Amino acid sequence: MGRKLRVGLRGDAMRLLRGGVVLCLPVLLGGCQLVLFDSKGTIGIDERNLILLSVGLMLLVVVPAIFMALFFAWHYRASNDKATYAPNWDYSGKIEAVIWGVPLLIITILGVVCWQSTHALDPARPIVAKAKPIHIEVVSLDWKWLFIYPAQNVASVNEVAFPVGVPVRFDITSDSVMNSFFIPQLGSQIYAMGGMDAKLYLIANAAGSYYGESANFSGSGFSGMSFKALALSDAAFNAWVANARRPSAELGTTAYAELAKPSENTPVRYYSAVDPHLFGSIIAKYMKSGMEPMAQGVANAR
Amino acid sequence: MLGKLSLSAIPFDQPIIMGAVAFMALSGAAIVGGVTYAGKWKWLWTEYLTSVDHKKIGIMYILVALIMLLRGFVDAVMMRTQLALSYGSNQGYLPPHHYDQVFSAHGVIMIFFVAMPFVIGLMNIVVPLQIGARDVAFPFMNSVSLWLTISGAALVNLSLFLGVFAMTGWTAYPPLSELTYSPDVGVDYYIWALQIAGVGSLLTGINFFVTIIKKRAPSMKMMHMPIFCWTALCTNILILGAFPILTATLAMLALDRYVGTHFFTNTAGGEPMLYVNLFWAWGHPEVYILILPAFGVFSEVTATFSGKRLFGYTSMVWATMAITVLSYMVWLHHFFTMGAGADVNTAFGIATMVIAVPTGVKIFNWLFTMYRGRVRFTTPMMWTIGFLVTFTIGGMSGVLMSVPGADFLLHNSLFLIAHFHNVIIGGVLFGSFAGLAYWFPKATGFTLDERIGKAAFWCWLVGFYVAFMPLYVLGFMGMTRRLNHYDNPDWRPWLVLAAVGTAIIALGIFFQLLQIVVSIRDREKNRDLTGDPWNGRSLEWATTSPPPFYNFAEIPVVTGRDAFATAKEQGGSTRGAAFHDIHMPRNTAAGLFVGGFSLVLGFALIWHIWWMAVAAGLGIFVTLLLRAADGNTDYYVPAAVVAQIEQGHS
Amino acid sequence: MSVDLPGQYSLIAPRPVAHGHHDGSAADGDALFGFWIYIMTDCVLFACLFATFAVLRHNVADGPTGRDIFDLPYVITETFCLLISSVTYGFASLALYRNASRQVLSWLAVTFLFGFVFITMEVTEFHHLVTVGFGPARSAFLSGFFTLVGTHGLHVTLGLVWMAVMMVQVARGGLGGSARRRLSNLGVFWHFLDIVWICVFTIVYLMGTV
Repeated sequence: MGRKLRVGLRGDAMRLLRGGVVLCLPVLLGGCQLVLFDSKGTIGIDERNLILLSVGLMLLVVVPAIFMALFFAWHYRASNDKATYAPNWDYSGKIEAVIWGVPLLIITILGVVCWQSTHALDPARPIVAKAKPIHIEVVSLDWKWLFIYPAQNVASVNEVAFPVGVPVRFDITSDSVMNSFFIPQLGSQIYAMGGMDAKLYLIANAAGSYYGESANFSGSGFSGMSFKALALSDAAFNAWVANARRPSAELGTTAYAELAKPSENTPVRYYSAVDPHLFGSIIAKYMKSGMEPMAQGVANAR
Repeated sequence: MLGKLSLSAIPFDQPIIMGAVAFMALSGAAIVGGVTYAGKWKWLWTEYLTSVDHKKIGIMYILVALIMLLRGFVDAVMMRTQLALSYGSNQGYLPPHHYDQVFSAHGVIMIFFVAMPFVIGLMNIVVPLQIGARDVAFPFMNSVSLWLTISGAALVNLSLFLGVFAMTGWTAYPPLSELTYSPDVGVDYYIWALQIAGVGSLLTGINFFVTIIKKRAPSMKMMHMPIFCWTALCTNILILGAFPILTATLAMLALDRYVGTHFFTNTAGGEPMLYVNLFWAWGHPEVYILILPAFGVFSEVTATFSGKRLFGYTSMVWATMAITVLSYMVWLHHFFTMGAGADVNTAFGIATMVIAVPTGVKIFNWLFTMYRGRVRFTTPMMWTIGFLVTFTIGGMSGVLMSVPGADFLLHNSLFLIAHFHNVIIGGVLFGSFAGLAYWFPKATGFTLDERIGKAAFWCWLVGFYVAFMPLYVLGFMGMTRRLNHYDNPDWRPWLVLAAVGTAIIALGIFFQLLQIVVSIRDREKNRDLTGDPWNGRSLEWATTSPPPFYNFAEIPVVTGRDAFATAKEQGGSTRGAAFHDIHMPRNTAAGLFVGGFSLVLGFALIWHIWWMAVAAGLGIFVTLLLRAADGNTDYYVPAAVVAQIEQGHS
Repeated sequence: MSVDLPGQYSLIAPRPVAHGHHDGSAADGDALFGFWIYIMTDCVLFACLFATFAVLRHNVADGPTGRDIFDLPYVITETFCLLISSVTYGFASLALYRNASRQVLSWLAVTFLFGFVFITMEVTEFHHLVTVGFGPARSAFLSGFFTLVGTHGLHVTLGLVWMAVMMVQVARGGLGGSARRRLSNLGVFWHFLDIVWICVFTIVYLMGTV
């Protein structure tokens, strides 16, 4: 056991070292650990580039500031008699102009970047691509994810698959508390909220199995609320759908009620057919307003 | 008779909790025993518990902060060790039921019962002295504020062994915090602890706003005030605007849970996101409520230990004001991922970035205060330099997350955790520690041990980087917050490293405690006989250490900034021989009673013991009524006594 | 005496000021100023409740809308009671300036009466709504309505308690000491509640009905 522990620790140390290198050169290496720098989808890549650009812009101020903090403190140390000492010097118009002006300039540039990127990366904005988007409805439950494929008429739990290079339109809601739907390697996350239909467009540029999670704490089973996102070739995706159809389990009202009961670390499972109104009915459960102003009963009550 | 309360509320089956309770009970018994043995009860009662003296109240606030810092830090250690262990088949030692309480309590304690009392304590000790006042505008209300804060803190600690604390995170987002999903008393503890402490903070806000506007020495203009007073003023303006929002929001959440209303429920038309909006409309200004006084401390410390006037005073004032106004306009950046639409997200993103400008200006002002100075590396100055470097990094990660496109990846990840610890530890906590070391001799009459203080600083600084830089990395690895178990092998080493960092910080805290003990032991050696141990620049150094209860025998005359430094330069004239009667408030136990009844009230409401709630409410009312009917709340210190006290110092 | 003694420097007022500046009238001024600041914070509190009501006012779920449950003539009567009580408090203030403690007492009594009628009417309205099944738990709209109007009602009730205490104080000790300051503060509070009510009336009742 001791040997195993030592090996384990050595493994950890190696990973740390590798991670450290990767951290120093995130752009060049884009190693396999820092998944946000190793994006596999257009949205994720754009967002990663946005992070790098913003950090680069800010370093223009941050690096001099940190340097000055250390250099000024050291150079003007009390024991250094050679340094100038001007106890009453407390204003310089030039310096003031620079310390207001330069940050303002950088923030202005960053503001423009912010304006453009926020509009370009709006989660609800359809991705322009040759392929027609595939539509997947997502429901967060206590504590698992349900994925409904209206066109394919299948559903899955804690595993979502879609073809590579095809924009995916997720319609996301919750039949419980709030969660956040997030596949780090593909890009944006968005909240799953009861009564809401949040739209999120993502696309995978490369085939693979990506880690997905809830990024908003939702109670005791939260840690087990991860799922696999499979980006597959067209053929593999069709095979996946065929496989999902195999168990001959229909997701109707009763099966859904059973599924919606709180459970933790729920294993992957598939449904061969889905009630087409299920997703709509889950949203309608939490509708905010009544259809009509109150009917006759109220007038009588008065 | 006892509502929902029964013996089963005590978690006898949880060895960790029972151990903690036993430890707290023993510490409590030790303190009670110690005070009894030393025969100090009367002294404690008259000098502290019933005191309305702002300096004593400030000391008590800081004691609360330090004690709660230990409690909150233990929570942090538990989280970090759990995550270092709970990988793969190992589930760690904290099941979700316990772990979720730990991280919720950690956040609540650190924000409400460490950071808040720490900065309010510093304001209490320093602001009246810096503006040449005898006390705050409403000394009795100040005592009420203190005891409300203490009763809120007591409620949080009570949840440890009676029932549970919230398992929702410190933000208690509905619908998770609604009765349907959190039927136990945890969220009720959260609501009433925050509500009671929040009222205390609101009263502090009123008190200090009026104090700074109205109680300055008559000759002191606003632009003569030390920067700490400016930041205190802005902080209290923020309290006035923000805390009523918290009060209203928590009240509505309470109504949802107690009366069955539908403000934030999933059902019957409730809007959970409304809570999130309201919470952050308070929560974002709250961040600046904490950091502005820390900025004030750094301004005082940098000028003093650079032996130089503060660079760009006017800039500093305007930057503080700008931050104050802007901080109300950025709350939505806490939930860009709600899907508000690109225009709304852009507006809040840019508003957030703009705050970086005045904040950056402040950083550069401190840098240029050191420039052409004579920097003395005392402990407060070490904390300041540590802050300048650390906070700059934290500010950068903050601005990064204000870009919605970046936030879509980083939101709720450990990157976010790293960011706000980077600014709260590197800013608020370092500032509080700098302030503590700087003003400790003023409040107590003796300086803190410098060597141990520096050891504490280095442990904190190194520990901070080792504990939190890995969290930035983990954020980039896609790890979200509030997990208590994971399967990804790449995360593990970084989490182990973060736990090591926590151990280094623990060493720092050990040194801080040691520093206090050693400094008290060596107090005769470290006595500050001059009242001005650091060659200070503002009025608090013009009186003795500790100051007499009336602060100044004569209200000082101020002709410009750095009043005391200027006076020292000009030197010369001695004080007049004539003293005058001084009008002072009397001590009162009413504040203590209001706090005590509030504690009972909160407890009764949490456990649905309605008769007790009514009784406690009546208790508060009667106490206030008796206080209002008391015509004997102040007195004059005769000139002869003042003369005697002043000559005693000569 | 060594050089670094405190008080040694030219910080001391050249001319002695009797009793510092902590005399009675300055303290009263601070208290009134402080009370104004408190009123500002109460404004923020009400602003939150108004905002909440605005967000939730269409979220009636399967419950009634404002039009179904508001009885405008009734609320107008209520409103006039509160408005009149503000006027009568004004008369109490005028009497306070004339130092006429008996008149102050009488006007306070009249104000109390109108305030009490207002609260009674509000409680009656609430009671009626709850009895017919339209309590605060029926829908988000009703939650917002009861809480906004109820918070104002709670303030008025506290104002009445305060007024009762002041009547006892004035009856026993006249207008000396703290009575003057407290009556000024209560006046600010009472008129403030009037203004809040006008907003409640307009936004909740008028806009909810018309």
